[in-house]
Amino acid sequence: MEPVRDAYALDGKIPAPEARYDIAVVGAGPAGVAAAIEAAQGGARTLLVDENPVSAGLMASDVPLFFGQRMSGAVQSGERMLEQVLAAEPALEAAFELGVEVQLGTCAWGAFVNGPGLRVLPDRLLGLADEQRAWTVGFDRLIVAAGARDLALSFAGWDQPGVMGANALHALLKRYNAFAGRRIVILGSGRLALETALTALAAGLQLAALVEVRDQVQGPADLAAQVRAAGVDILTGHIVQRAEGGVDGVERVWIAPTASPRDLGRAIACDTLCLAIGLVPAVELLDLLGARLTARTELGGFAPALDGAALPGRRDVFVAGDAAGLGLTEAAARESGRAAARAALGQAAAPPANPGVGDAYAYQADWMAALIAAGDPQVLVCQCEEVSRQALVAVRQPAYLGPPSAAMTARDATTLAADGPINPDQVKRLTRAGMGVCQGRRCREQAALILALQTGQPVQTLPLASYRAPVRPLPLKVLAAWDEAAAMGRGWDVWFGIPTQWTPYADIGTEREALGGTMHL
Amino acid sequence: MSDVLRGPEPDPPKGASVVVIGAGVTGLSAAWWLARSGVDVLVLDKGVVGWEASGRNGGGATHYQSPLFHEEQRLWPLMDELLGYSTEYRRERLIMATTPEHLAQYHQMAERQRDLGYPVDILDAQQVRGLVPLAGDNALGGIHVYYGGHANPQRTVQAYAWALQDLGGRILQHTPASRLVVQGGQVVAVETPRGAFGLDSLVIAAGPQTGQLLEPLGVRLPLAPARAEMIVTEPAPLMPIGGVDGNGLYGRQTLRGNLAYGGGPHEWMEVGPDGPAARPSTPLLRNLARRVAELLPRAAHLRVIRSWAGVIENTPDGRPVIERLASPANVTVATMSGVGFGLSPATGHAIRDLVLDGACSFADLSKLSLKRFEGLPQDWRERKGWRAAV
Repeated sequence: MEPVRDAYALDGKIPAPEARYDIAVVGAGPAGVAAAIEAAQGGARTLLVDENPVSAGLMASDVPLFFGQRMSGAVQSGERMLEQVLAAEPALEAAFELGVEVQLGTCAWGAFVNGPGLRVLPDRLLGLADEQRAWTVGFDRLIVAAGARDLALSFAGWDQPGVMGANALHALLKRYNAFAGRRIVILGSGRLALETALTALAAGLQLAALVEVRDQVQGPADLAAQVRAAGVDILTGHIVQRAEGGVDGVERVWIAPTASPRDLGRAIACDTLCLAIGLVPAVELLDLLGARLTARTELGGFAPALDGAALPGRRDVFVAGDAAGLGLTEAAARESGRAAARAALGQAAAPPANPGVGDAYAYQADWMAALIAAGDPQVLVCQCEEVSRQALVAVRQPAYLGPPSAAMTARDATTLAADGPINPDQVKRLTRAGMGVCQGRRCREQAALILALQTGQPVQTLPLASYRAPVRPLPLKVLAAWDEAAAMGRGWDVWFGIPTQWTPYADIGTEREALGGTMHL
Repeated sequence: MSDVLRGPEPDPPKGASVVVIGAGVTGLSAAWWLARSGVDVLVLDKGVVGWEASGRNGGGATHYQSPLFHEEQRLWPLMDELLGYSTEYRRERLIMATTPEHLAQYHQMAERQRDLGYPVDILDAQQVRGLVPLAGDNALGGIHVYYGGHANPQRTVQAYAWALQDLGGRILQHTPASRLVVQGGQVVAVETPRGAFGLDSLVIAAGPQTGQLLEPLGVRLPLAPARAEMIVTEPAPLMPIGGVDGNGLYGRQTLRGNLAYGGGPHEWMEVGPDGPAARPSTPLLRNLARRVAELLPRAAHLRVIRSWAGVIENTPDGRPVIERLASPANVTVATMSGVGFGLSPATGHAIRDLVLDGACSFADLSKLSLKRFEGLPQDWRERKGWRAAV
């Protein structure tokens, strides 16, 4: 007997993808390109997508990196940027030649695989989009080589042009050749900061100083020596009080000793303030796929639990490069990409390990605590939704709701923490910090740090605030399924399509009930 | 999903006069109403308050088909003040049509609501466009409902929780109910990993898990859980009426300006005693995006910034169960079958009445009794096709 079908269920309505691949690689950085080449050499029908060049509009929203409005006008020209991006990664040509389907300017906004609570997908799907439209592709194996984004911590004046992140600076210099700044102050002195410094110097930029909250340089001595040899001061034991500027943004940064952060500081002239305190592995797609993400002390962030290059317990999703939280050199990133591809091809593969040392969480907490000590509680944590530090710890309702009631004023993060471990998603829902267009890229980590410091809970015990599709903001008309399947339209109800649900109560059990639908099985 | 380390937990209190299982809007509202009557109440939840459907819905508050409708309408405008916290409740809804079929359907809805004594205006296309600045030339007309409305689910659920605590009620998060202890025909305690909590009366408002908790008591509450999805955009300039529906969508413009909409196909699933294992959103979000762009063409350039899914439990006829059981006689059960959020102020009142007085003081709930499912075949889900795809 034919099983009864619910006409309004999702079964059979998600269409087959436009195209499908044996191996899909997200991210054409060193790890991703190496993975795609290895995959193609292994005989796999391979797709390589990369969102760069990103539209100028998205960059202006600090998506996906913290660009701080320091893009030059060159980014307005999509064609020119495409040429730049191609030129910046020579291995792409090898990928083309091996028959890899390379799609630049294409972001992966979602990844969907059947699992608990989801059985209706016709295939493993990757959601893709460019500036015109969205579509899906199918894959047997997915390699996420999505890199890492900037860790943003705030201070007074950070919400003006010129405050940006290290990966964004690297992208504007190397990938886009479209950096509009000239004189930079870098925050941090770890490997990331020192390498950023050397990159900036090599690009002919003025490097005014590095500012380091701790008393010692945090990164390798040889890199520090190179920076100093170029005549650049590494100002250890100092903290940012505020960034000041004019109509074009930052013009100077005020710093003071970490030990006396409210003293009259001194100003360093600059047009760019580059945060290089840490990076955040881009795990959004992995969270969508239900990957287990663990808080890693040496990284100061969440990274996927991995079995080699694969997500444990499954053979369809692999991770390479910075997205795996490895913090590798470029050469090692390529090796990790190749290892992920070999694993995806079903071959033995040993990805490079990088056990990492130190407590990056403690380092971030030192910065955050010092910034708080040096600054003003009105400093914004969330620029999109205009939530200040004070409002965050007060779990204050948004300003557009008017002044809080007396009862509301008695509530804050500390009282919330009395009900259980502080939950960033819960605080987010109440304050709106993280609910804006940048999708929490500029505030997710610092909100967790602030809440941890406030409640005395170790930051690594705070759950990761969830990621959701689309992991890039996409216009309704671009994301829209304009060519939707007929079955979707036929089987679409505003709710569940259960007629009896809407029978007015008085009509139930009367002859009027038949008008709206009957209770039958 | 992330791993977290749990710190040491304080010694939990050992029981209450009324224990409520489920800190969604239904359970919290019931607890709050009981606390307002001076009752010692403890709410247990497997996670954070309002983490499931209560925090994931469209925020609608216009349920004319419910016996609780009048009480729902009476209470919502008072809730901010009664709770002492903002719910973002705003009155009125506008349902607009982009097809003649939808227009006819909305006119019928208007008739039903007028029959109940509530004012509804029929709008022509021009009037719709005047009231809905984001609407386009495809708007054919609609209805303007001068009551009902919408609120912010997440803010509201927290408001209930805080208001309950302000009255001395207690909430224990991360405390799942594993078993009900029965003695002498009554439930006397709820077992949890943190120990057993004694009680005089029990309320179960645990969403999809409600049926599973009742089964060992020989009480059959047939439920089928399903996943539904929503999307939200970046903020748009505020429209005069935020509660705008149509084109197969339910939802609203929030007070911040975001457009938050859901609708369309659901997926039947299984939910174990620990609740949903996952709540993924799917490429359905593209079909939602299309319909929002069709409904509000002047918003089509707005960026979708997020989507999410929630799990709703449905009874076989899709109608709630709100009932004080005959046996065990000290148990009140509530499953709202998808209309929980909007009705919650009234549901809580009804549950309070059932717990304290044995009967609802302001509405007849007899047609929402479990008795209507007596004789329901065991394979009722298969017969309706309410099962997960194989």
